[in-house]
Amino acid sequence: MNVVIMGCGRVGGLLATLLDEAGHNVTVLDIDPYSFRWLPANFKGNALVGDGTDEDSLRKAGIEQADAFVSVTQGDNRNVMAAQIAKDVFNVHKVVSRIYDPLREEMYHNLGLDTISPTKVSARMLMDVISGEGKE
Amino acid sequence: MYIVVVGGGKVGYYLSVALLSEGHEVLILEKDPEKCGAICEDLGSVVMRGDGCEARTLEDVGTERADLLIAVTDEDEDNLVACQVAKHKFNVPRTIARISNPRNEALFKKLGIDVTISSTNLILGHIEEELPINPLVHLLTLKDSNLELVEVKVPEDSPAVGKKLGDISLPSNSMVVMIIGKGSARVPTSETIVKPGAQIIAMTQTDVEQQLRAAFTG
Repeated sequence: MNVVIMGCGRVGGLLATLLDEAGHNVTVLDIDPYSFRWLPANFKGNALVGDGTDEDSLRKAGIEQADAFVSVTQGDNRNVMAAQIAKDVFNVHKVVSRIYDPLREEMYHNLGLDTISPTKVSARMLMDVISGEGKE
Repeated sequence: MYIVVVGGGKVGYYLSVALLSEGHEVLILEKDPEKCGAICEDLGSVVMRGDGCEARTLEDVGTERADLLIAVTDEDEDNLVACQVAKHKFNVPRTIARISNPRNEALFKKLGIDVTISSTNLILGHIEEELPINPLVHLLTLKDSNLELVEVKVPEDSPAVGKKLGDISLPSNSMVVMIIGKGSARVPTSETIVKPGAQIIAMTQTDVEQQLRAAFTG
């Protein structure tokens, strides 16, 4: 599978590493080359400096051949904008975004984007642990 | 009209001054507390501190009864999201987004933003008009068609000088609607003679504008 990941922070870097280890063809895009330190030395994918909300950068990252696009930068708005470009301009089959703000996440989910709100997920997990229903 | 303005920078501030003076009800949303304070001092309580991309903030300021939301922050993606939230969550009938990257114009249209204002293109256009090297000036672009009104200045040494308008071959879908000469402007006929220094006002299409320019400048 060809995967383009926008944002090479802890999450983007780890996801890229896992996909790479699983044998997928990964390209990571970040505006700051310093962020590529999150990638392991044996990373076989591509790391490109570029803005995922810019169509040319996405083209350079191989979005036209991508089966999946993931946007995991720190900015919710950047993530949903890039996701909509991937989905509506480049017709990428699988598009997932991280959106911290639960309300925004819900809205974009209803608009047809695949979204994950870490805020909601971690609050629920913490709640489960505290109320004794967690796995630990 | 009730208008929500997202972004209290220079554009947001001066826009709100203009809207208020026309008697509209205006609410500015601005994240930066200092900017909020300055606007409040100048314009009164028409500003609230908050993120205009957040549904909760927009709800607090009664966005569901807004007739119009205008997003004029410095960030294109923030303007996009503010407009989308206004549209999909609060059914605001009309949204306007400022964009700095001209390439986002087509994208924003596709994503349902009613109107986009590209500040970069506007500034470029105005500078272009003042450049003596570019004899073609865009006067007006008709939205949602690729027709435009342009002005071409006929140089002294142009091969078009002295010819009848009817004898000059123009690209398809182009038409000269006015010729401005020394102190007079007229609607031309095919018999009108092109004089040096004349300003040709023509209707044309974006993709053939350079052919039109070439027809009058050589």
